[in-house]
Amino acid sequence: MYTISNRLKTFSIILIVLGVLGVAYGFMTSHKSLDEVKSMLVEEHSAHGGGHAAAEPHTAMDVEHDSNSTHDAENHVASMEEHSGSMTTDSTDAGSVHSEGETQMVDHSNVDEGHSTVTEHAEANHDDEHAHHVQGQLAKRPWSALYVAAFFFMMIALGALAFYAIQFAAQAGWSPLLFRVMEGITAYLLPGAIIVVAIAVGSHFIGHNNEIFIWMNEDVVKHDELIQGKAGWLNITGFIIRAIIFIGGWSLYRHFARKFSIAQDNAEEGDNRNFKKSFRISAAFLVFYIYTESMMSWDWIMSVDPHWFSTLFGWYVFASMIVSAVTVIAMVTMYLKGKGLLPQVNNSHIHDLAKYMFGFSIFWTYLWFSQFMLIWYSNIPEEVTYFVTRITDYNLPFFGMLVMNFVFPLLLLMNSDYKRINWFVVMAGIVILFGHYIDIFNMIMPATVGDRWFIGIPEISSILLFAGLFLFIVFTALTKAPLMAKRNPFIHESEHFHY
Amino acid sequence: MEESSKVIHAIYTDDDVLMAAVKKVRAERYHIEEIYTPFPVHGLDKAMGLAPTRIAITSFIYGCIGLTVAIVMMNFIMIKDWPQNIGGKPSFSYIENMPAFVPIMFELTVFFAAHLMVITFYLRSRMWPFKKAENPDTRTTDDHFLMEISAGHNVDEQFNILRDTGAVEITLIDKAH
Repeated sequence: MYTISNRLKTFSIILIVLGVLGVAYGFMTSHKSLDEVKSMLVEEHSAHGGGHAAAEPHTAMDVEHDSNSTHDAENHVASMEEHSGSMTTDSTDAGSVHSEGETQMVDHSNVDEGHSTVTEHAEANHDDEHAHHVQGQLAKRPWSALYVAAFFFMMIALGALAFYAIQFAAQAGWSPLLFRVMEGITAYLLPGAIIVVAIAVGSHFIGHNNEIFIWMNEDVVKHDELIQGKAGWLNITGFIIRAIIFIGGWSLYRHFARKFSIAQDNAEEGDNRNFKKSFRISAAFLVFYIYTESMMSWDWIMSVDPHWFSTLFGWYVFASMIVSAVTVIAMVTMYLKGKGLLPQVNNSHIHDLAKYMFGFSIFWTYLWFSQFMLIWYSNIPEEVTYFVTRITDYNLPFFGMLVMNFVFPLLLLMNSDYKRINWFVVMAGIVILFGHYIDIFNMIMPATVGDRWFIGIPEISSILLFAGLFLFIVFTALTKAPLMAKRNPFIHESEHFHY
Repeated sequence: MEESSKVIHAIYTDDDVLMAAVKKVRAERYHIEEIYTPFPVHGLDKAMGLAPTRIAITSFIYGCIGLTVAIVMMNFIMIKDWPQNIGGKPSFSYIENMPAFVPIMFELTVFFAAHLMVITFYLRSRMWPFKKAENPDTRTTDDHFLMEISAGHNVDEQFNILRDTGAVEITLIDKAH
């Protein structure tokens, strides 16, 4: 039996405490009065406006702003009607790319000229609205930061659960030695998922109108026919009911799979009934999972941009989920093996996990690209705005994430021998985990805080908070049962597994 | 030189027995010339102590060639020779239209890597069309495994060792005749 070391326990508690302090700080400093926001904006203008002075007063910012996020448009509908023509042109152009071509540059300056004349009219009125809008974004930042981190760690547990079910359904022979590790990780699913939903709903009820999900705001919905049309799905009651179904289903499977797994430990020789039960519920769970995972990704992520949708979004989130989960399984396994607690695990097991990390990273890239290319190619304004926002306001995290999630794993894990070197796998794993955190960051933040993003105290403390909680729950769960599922019918195959 | 032209053929009927035999024979420091099997036996190359394959390196090089061919080809076809308006964004620049070419770049990378790797493998294994098979015993294409060892000074002892490892048939062959 494994006992959680005091050092690890203290470490995770320190993480939680630091996280809580940082998150609290984030919340306390996020509420700015309108005047504070205005003076902040003025400062920013003088700071970066100095360079390209007279020609365009503050249009550059406004333009970015419009193509920005969907709810922006709602708030500004009335005053912005005149610009809407130029807005679409702009988003289409910017959508065509990341590097600037001459044609596009020309277009841009045209738009700017037209724009500045219009802004002069509405200036006073617009300034207020703009400041008000920025105020909202600032207030949403700690909520969003908390949500991104909470979702990221929940997703690891959920991915591990799916990976675990796949092992059973496929009757895999290599992995039974790792089952207890996977079961430990999935213990975080229930608390983690409840926290995610609590933050989502909490940002509406507790955070007043600082909700992460703009469709929860009645005032916005009132003026938005598109969201009204989707209200049958996007409403708080439905959101909660679906969340209960998702979380209930996943936890039910987790509960029984764990129960059968432990019951199998004490079964007599030749008695595989518990394994067979596990096999059956795993197959059923996988069917349930692939539907609910997809719907969960619409609910918990995609609906932050309620006007935008992508049909392969569920798969895309799944790829992130499974690659992060496999990475964490590999890391926990190596940690426990390093302590001499998993003596039977050999480097072929690590090799296999690293192969999955490599393979799923490529799979993630494939899905990311499939989504990106179709939208880029068709260049439909209401779709392409999603990527325009990310490329203009989130350039570094957007392309940085591609490097971390694709280029790094591709180069680090391509060589067969490197997949067996523990520290190499750990390094690649750290890059992958950060990359996928940023992936989730890029999914949520543009819709909530727009260009007011930064990875600062609220974001880092949220990561610390949930990392601490995750470590604490996972390693406590690992102490609850022997680390080897000794009567699994495939355990001997797993012990002798070699590549 | 008389001695070295002689080889011993030991035949096995099970791959696990063969694997154990290979380890035993190597431990006794006899040189295994070649092993003929009806299917690829996992881990046999490591047990025989063969040098790791370099096919992966060739594969990487071929992949890079394929990628380059795709880039040059698409640049010529879609940008230079007959400039195309791609996705309503007539930029006539390769880099700006790059996402549209990624599928082709990917496919040609795979195509080149796969085909050239197979051809390389055949040539390196000295196999080409109409080549006469170098197979000492046709049963190795069905369900038997054949290990070829160079005969040493003490052939009887070698025979005994092989018999102990579970060989079902052992013969001394003079290749020079």
